[in-house]
Amino acid sequence: MNQSEFEIEISLENKPAARDPVAETIKRDLLAKKGYNQVSKVRSGQYLRIVLLANSKENAKEIVTKMCNDLRIFNPVTQNLKVLNVKKL
Amino acid sequence: MTIKIAVIQFPGANCDLDAMHVLNNVIGVETSLVWHNHFKEAEFDGVILPGGFSFGDYLRAGIIAAHSPALDEARTMLKDGRPIIGICNGFQILTEAEFLPGALLQNYSLKFVCKWINIRVENNKTPFTHKMNKGDVLAIPIAHGEGRYFTDNLKELEENEQIVFKYSDENGKYTQKANPNGSMENIAGICNLERNCMGLMPHPERASEAILSPKGTTHGKLFFNSMVEFIKRRS
Repeated sequence: MNQSEFEIEISLENKPAARDPVAETIKRDLLAKKGYNQVSKVRSGQYLRIVLLANSKENAKEIVTKMCNDLRIFNPVTQNLKVLNVKKL
Repeated sequence: MTIKIAVIQFPGANCDLDAMHVLNNVIGVETSLVWHNHFKEAEFDGVILPGGFSFGDYLRAGIIAAHSPALDEARTMLKDGRPIIGICNGFQILTEAEFLPGALLQNYSLKFVCKWINIRVENNKTPFTHKMNKGDVLAIPIAHGEGRYFTDNLKELEENEQIVFKYSDENGKYTQKANPNGSMENIAGICNLERNCMGLMPHPERASEAILSPKGTTHGKLFFNSMVEFIKRRS
């Protein structure tokens, strides 16, 4: 089967049970102080953009998810992994 | 029998030579510095994963080192009961390699903390603490940016008595002020179920000589003397 290049964007975010001091500081010490009181929640995280060869969008997502699980690209104790976007290049 | 201990050197380690110095010159046990790709478990009775910033702490502190062949070798030691201690970055590596439960997150203050603190002994029935008494308060320095211990299974950790040290004030009280990084339940160090693997954020190798301590203490020696005696008893 012909393989194509896909770009996948993933985010790694701390689980709700783990406090997130970066996000708490952004919300409390920047947004709220500058009058953005409509903001009720901020969470910080990490973002990765991965380009790989795969057979399809589903296949690309499958490979990246397996890779992230097997190699602990995200820490399952504290983080959730989310595939944000998959596109064919 | 000659006891042999290894200090594993990862790229970015910076407490490896301190640990070597203390073991060789203060405790008096033969200790080798071993590059992580060259480490062979069969040659050693115990292993120390030192502090530092292995692989630049990229992605997460300890995660890249956790995939080093040294950890595969150490896994054999873990299974046959030989002692493994991870100090600071070594603790982070041990959690990422799943030798120990939980994770170490960025300090709640978002700042790197470097100071002398106190820890209280919670469990003195481990290869690393049997020369201490439960409730002893030890003076020891910390130096880390990611030391906030987190677990999604605190109950199990408590029930199995895997919490070895907690941050306390000098009277042994657990206060929020005495918690330097926002760790759950003031946890400073834990061990595995079998007790032969321990990780802690404080640095015993920097607390083993009176000249280095603001109070002239040498509490760090207790860790290494316990470990060496445990090895002697095993053999």
